[in-house]
Amino acid sequence: MALKGNLAVFTTTQLLNLINLSKRSGSLTIFEGVETGEKMMLGDGRTQIDKLVAGKPLARLNFREGKLVFAEMQSKDGHLASILQRSGKLNEEQSRLIRQRAEALKMSDKGLALSLINANYVTQKDIIQSIQKHTVSIVFDLMTWKREPFEFKEGDQAPASRILVPIDLRNIIIEGTRIQNEQLELEKEIPNLDMALRFAEDPSSFKNIKLGANEWRVVGFINPKNSIRQIAKACNMTDTEIRRIVYALLQAGLVQMVKPQVEAKRRPDIRHPVPRNTPDRDVVNRLITKIKTINKTP
Amino acid sequence: MQTVKMVITGPFSSGKTEFIKTISEIDVVSTERSITPDSVESQEKSETTVAMDFGRITVDNDLVLYLFGTPGQRRFDFMWEILAEGMLGFVVMVDSSKPETFREARSILETFRAYAPTPYVVAANKQDHADAWKPEDLRIALRIEDENVKLLPCIATDIEYVREVLLELLYSILEEMDSN
Ligand SMILES: Nc1nc2c(ncn2[C@@H]2O[C@H](COP(=O)(O)OP(=O)(O)OP(=O)(O)O)[C@@H](O)[C@H]2O)c(=O)[nH]1
Ligand SMILES: [Mg+2]
Repeated sequence: MALKGNLAVFTTTQLLNLINLSKRSGSLTIFEGVETGEKMMLGDGRTQIDKLVAGKPLARLNFREGKLVFAEMQSKDGHLASILQRSGKLNEEQSRLIRQRAEALKMSDKGLALSLINANYVTQKDIIQSIQKHTVSIVFDLMTWKREPFEFKEGDQAPASRILVPIDLRNIIIEGTRIQNEQLELEKEIPNLDMALRFAEDPSSFKNIKLGANEWRVVGFINPKNSIRQIAKACNMTDTEIRRIVYALLQAGLVQMVKPQVEAKRRPDIRHPVPRNTPDRDVVNRLITKIKTINKTP
Repeated sequence: MQTVKMVITGPFSSGKTEFIKTISEIDVVSTERSITPDSVESQEKSETTVAMDFGRITVDNDLVLYLFGTPGQRRFDFMWEILAEGMLGFVVMVDSSKPETFREARSILETFRAYAPTPYVVAANKQDHADAWKPEDLRIALRIEDENVKLLPCIATDIEYVREVLLELLYSILEEMDSN
């Protein structure tokens, strides 16, 4: 049976937790989220979010009995030579040459690892640690993804030619929770995305400030009429991404948050216990007997 | 004559009305309202329950069970408290094929538990759907750690499942009596 959804409603951390607790074997694919223009209704029958369908696969994780054994991500070069270079075990030149040779000889990662160990380039431990680091960095990346569709398929085996390094998910989950706490902090700092921004001073003061491309895009939309949410949408950013940037701009004193034109109304949650009838055992037993006999054909 | 009631709750479109329809001996007195045809809700279905659903099971001359279904849209949740009053127990219906509603299911569950500490079961509905999550996975997704809380597979249109869900709720009620 499928385990399908998207990260907006079921987070990477929740997924890993589920796979860990149920000791699953299988593969988890995360896809590019393709806009459909349609909306998806959440369970409150009121809130709508963009409905995304699965586009091309962006990342894949393989699990065996609840342990992560392999991860690849489109945006992260997963060739063993590159992995070893990123962890400092090979320099750039070595990595390039080794990769060329491996590709010319059509060597698998496993074959390459063996010949590197035999040639005393690296140790087995280097290889395992480097792959582990690579795998974990992919997972941490995934934990910041917020809307991509995913699918878990049972029993799918990890690619035979790749080196599998089993990793206990619990540590990753704990670390991931820390990352998410950072997001919660940001949410506390900027709780309401319906607020707008305005420049603290003359926008020309931005001239001497070094901003990244993403920051500039946000700055371009700053106007008391635009809510932060609208800016995020215009810049195609997730809530966390926009919060991070707005937070930095606020900290730097470049912008100020201004009151939204329409404040969202929130009804207080009324939760007082209601009177309870304690039924007697006889009543419950009669109900059971009755319900057992109901056999309507629809 | 004694009447007792159970509440069938859960997120929007999870199958509450269907569940009650399947087992009620009367036509469900439903307060359905058509959904505006071009709204997002209408991609899901054409009608939603506005105030409540109301079904009945007559046990004998002096005992009647009423089944109340809560409205799915949160803007009607002022009804919840009224419906929860005096209930024997409740069923949380979840559309197992819609993870986007799990968070709400969890929140509804918490709210009802706060209203009254009665026994409840969770029905992993729409198990006939190709994308349905398994009950075991739903348990983890909804963070129902308490092993005593039953998570049951359900197809709300199928009397066998509906009967089983209600029976399991009644067994839970008995178990609770035994433990007190
Ligand atoms: N395949 C399948 N469809 C179901 C099942 N249960 C309900 N449905 C369908 O799901 C849709 C929603 O069911 P309803 O019974 O109206 O759900 P509800 O929880 O009463 O909805 P609201 O009152 O709007 O919150 C309807 O189209 C039902 O026919 C099920 O077990 N399997
Ligand atoms: Mg209904």
